[in-house]
Amino acid sequence: MSGDIIMTYAIAISLLVGAIFALVGAVGLLKFNDSMTRLHAPTKVGTVGIGAFLLASMLHSFTYSEGSMHELLIMAFLFVTAPISANFMAKVNIHRRACDTPPEPPRDDTWSTLNVPEEDKHVAPEPGASHHV
Amino acid sequence: MSFATQLMDTALIIAFIVAVLAQIMSMIRLVLGPSTGDRILALDTMVVNAIGLIVLLGIAQGVRIYFEVSLIIAMLGFVSTVAYARFVLRGDIIE
Repeated sequence: MSGDIIMTYAIAISLLVGAIFALVGAVGLLKFNDSMTRLHAPTKVGTVGIGAFLLASMLHSFTYSEGSMHELLIMAFLFVTAPISANFMAKVNIHRRACDTPPEPPRDDTWSTLNVPEEDKHVAPEPGASHHV
Repeated sequence: MSFATQLMDTALIIAFIVAVLAQIMSMIRLVLGPSTGDRILALDTMVVNAIGLIVLLGIAQGVRIYFEVSLIIAMLGFVSTVAYARFVLRGDIIE
């Protein structure tokens, strides 16, 4: 009986922690003022918030029914894919020059994200293509 | 037992409200978003928040069938984010 009470408190605490993290992630997405800065809030903080919700769901299933570890699968999938999609969106920001361009590499001519082949220039135009010639 | 259950119910309601607020905020960013990367990021955040909403619905109703729904939405969300980003980066999704 007391185990059930402790588990219920644990569910409530992980729900509240997840709510705080999800809210902070969404406010960061809305209020930050730079594309690359905005990228950090939901991809890390928001993912942790949803992970806390999934933990609460797992604890709830262990407390009120026979219990299952299925949510661990979603959690692992989210935590693995969030950095990959964040990396892709950072590449998009660099490619569209929505942020400060990184300094020129020392030996190669340009970064591979900015290196658009000549025949693809019409589908992937460069908005600030002044210095690229 | 009753206080703990009440606390859990209140926390569930707070979590629902916060998830809906987060969804609305990322929708505002989707409309505002000055650049393409911001819009892709807002859509990705909306997918992740939708997973959270479905998980909370599963907790509130006490059923287990929402697990498959959230797993499929997680996979589709990742694939669609990568497809958007690849389309912007390469001008094509499957080369």
